[in-house]
Amino acid sequence: MSANPSSGAATYELRVVRWFTIMTIVWGVVGMLVGVLIAAQLAWPALNFDVPYLSFGRLRPLHTNAVIFAFGGCALFSTAYYVVQRTCRVPLFMPGLAMFTFWGWQLVILLAAVTLPLGITTGKEYAELEWPIDLLIAVVWVAFAVVFLGTVAKRKAEHIYVANWFYAAFIITVAVLHIVNSLEMPVSAFKSYSIYAGAVDAMVQWWYGHNAVGFFLTAGFLGMMYYFVPKQAERPVYSYRLSIVHFWALIAVYMWAGPHHLHYTALPDWAQSLGMVFSLVLLAPSWGGMINGIMTLSGVWGKLRDDPIVRFMVVALSFYGMSTFEGPMMSIKTVNSLSHYTDWTIGHVHSGALGWVAMMTMGSLYYLIPRLYNQEKMASISQVNLHFWLATIGTVMYAASMWIAGVMQGLMWRAVNDDGTLTYSFVQSLEATWPYYVGRLIGGGLFFLGMLIMAWNTYQTVRQGEPTVQHVQA
Amino acid sequence: MTTGWTIWVDVIVLGSLFGCAWLLWINRTAPVERVGKGEPMEHEYDGIQELNNPLPAWWTWLFVITIVFALIYLALYPGLGSYQGMLGWTSHGQHQGEVEEAQALYGPLFDKYAATPIATLAQDEDAVETGSRLFLNHCSQCHGSDARGGDGYPNLTDDDWLYGGAPETIVTSITNGRIGNMPGLAAAVGGDEGVANMAQYVISLSGRDHDAAKAQQAASTYTTLCVVCHGADGKGNQAVGAPNLTDDIWLHGGRIDDIEYQIRTGRINQMPAHGNLLSKEKIHLLATYVYSLSH
Repeated sequence: MSANPSSGAATYELRVVRWFTIMTIVWGVVGMLVGVLIAAQLAWPALNFDVPYLSFGRLRPLHTNAVIFAFGGCALFSTAYYVVQRTCRVPLFMPGLAMFTFWGWQLVILLAAVTLPLGITTGKEYAELEWPIDLLIAVVWVAFAVVFLGTVAKRKAEHIYVANWFYAAFIITVAVLHIVNSLEMPVSAFKSYSIYAGAVDAMVQWWYGHNAVGFFLTAGFLGMMYYFVPKQAERPVYSYRLSIVHFWALIAVYMWAGPHHLHYTALPDWAQSLGMVFSLVLLAPSWGGMINGIMTLSGVWGKLRDDPIVRFMVVALSFYGMSTFEGPMMSIKTVNSLSHYTDWTIGHVHSGALGWVAMMTMGSLYYLIPRLYNQEKMASISQVNLHFWLATIGTVMYAASMWIAGVMQGLMWRAVNDDGTLTYSFVQSLEATWPYYVGRLIGGGLFFLGMLIMAWNTYQTVRQGEPTVQHVQA
Repeated sequence: MTTGWTIWVDVIVLGSLFGCAWLLWINRTAPVERVGKGEPMEHEYDGIQELNNPLPAWWTWLFVITIVFALIYLALYPGLGSYQGMLGWTSHGQHQGEVEEAQALYGPLFDKYAATPIATLAQDEDAVETGSRLFLNHCSQCHGSDARGGDGYPNLTDDDWLYGGAPETIVTSITNGRIGNMPGLAAAVGGDEGVANMAQYVISLSGRDHDAAKAQQAASTYTTLCVVCHGADGKGNQAVGAPNLTDDIWLHGGRIDDIEYQIRTGRINQMPAHGNLLSKEKIHLLATYVYSLSH
């Protein structure tokens, strides 16, 4: 941990970790700002200013790509590179290639930020980027896999730590998902068509789409959780056995849950049933991670009072447990017939995205940043604490607004009069939703404010510090 | 689905489910024996230890219950490839059943309405109410919740009809839709100047303030060209959906610019056909509601 460059011992490759960490925060601010803007547009549509580049339809994919792949992606790159080195006790394999993944990934993000507002899109949710960018993603991702798996291969530790299993599963599976779903026929430099058609196209898209959630936002962040929670809590992981069982069950079962996005559509009945059944079976494997994380904290509950970073992690695990309960429930066909196409889905996604993904990232980065810049702790712990409350209250407001709105919409859409006609027209349900759109905007705004505070706190910490040199442990 | 695909699906599905069960079974016993229960395992990673705790029993049972549920569900419902399930359920069948149920519940009421002539039915408040609800879900997207239309979408409350307001005409408009075609006439009326003159002539027909000299220059062109559809008196022709130009009601806007655009470029305007989307009885009620708005 100290900076004194003693002997010629090997050091960990931290430059790429630092850069990815800083960009996590930059893209977090950008992505959440766009989120706040489009939330405001839903309440006040005039906020698109009649400018096509600022219209909801173009900014919404920019928001999702920015928060998932830019913010979440950089966080996963940064922590995966950090964790794999320290738990394998070797420097990164091919550090030059690791730097290539940094620049390559930033280029992907910049290209997304340009092409999406221009309306250049494949139209596939979470896979909107056009074919030249898809190719770049594939190259960067394979390089990521080479660096990560190469580091695991040359490890000095006898076994592979559970965090690395999750990171490896995430990296390998995302490569497969991205490549298979993005198979497309280019017709010009910026336009391509999927090689799949009809229900098959929809099925491949949601096989990808759901596993983007499952492997990018769940497995990857469980990898983060398995390192940073025991580290920050200074406690051993609760159950080695549970980590093995829930890992294998999770990655085996998640793969088949995608069809629940296509209930009551042209997808054949058998595939819909399987999507529902596997989503329900997914409950226990998902909860395995929550149990292991929460139980790791047993005996140190006092830290909840004193340590805002532990609080970030506990709240993240709680939202993880809640969303992974909610998800299987929403996949039940009868529940889905109420929830589908409503804002309930948006609420569900954000309780996972804000509550779990973002708060686990924030907790982990608050642990990591001082260690990367040779500081004992963040410049201001009280700002970390303030950030925690803004993020928690913001998430609750956001999710609660969307839950109420979603259930209300579902009930209004299916309400029937005595003569069999629908009780409400669509626009009436929209009118009824308006207050909750404002509520969501306030929640999202608080969350964004917290992110700004984190950016300021990070700037202060980095400014006071200097790049740390960490020697490889014997 | 072919047998090959069914086997493929079944192997993956049952393999995954039984694989999970097997994973739980082999991990059911006391933890690793070398290390005491609840003690740290022998390995350590960057200072992180892992305890030798067993799987929580409640969690194991939760897992088992979901696996058992999955197997029961897949025995009852389609899922295992081409196997149809013991209940014989299909989503198509469920939809059919719900449609039939609704038909049985609401059919008699709609049949009764359908047997009443529209002009009479328009006096029946309940029927008009039902028609208005249908309107809100099927028509208000274009014609507005208050049926007063908007730019390009006719106002249905003003008793000004493009194709006629008789009950059977309204039914025809809804059932088969309408395509209104105003051709672009820039060249035929003599370029920009001709268009400007014609616009003045058109507004003169409804008695609006206009440039009489310009209007006069367009008069002869009107009587040879526009007269074919809009008529010598400018009152239009419902047989072809040509609007009345004398009533100061403007489907595509009444500003000079709007009228000039219409003459210069023309427009094809479409009311989509609903005969394949809505039953005859529902169209009957919709026509009743529309009729009632101006009667």
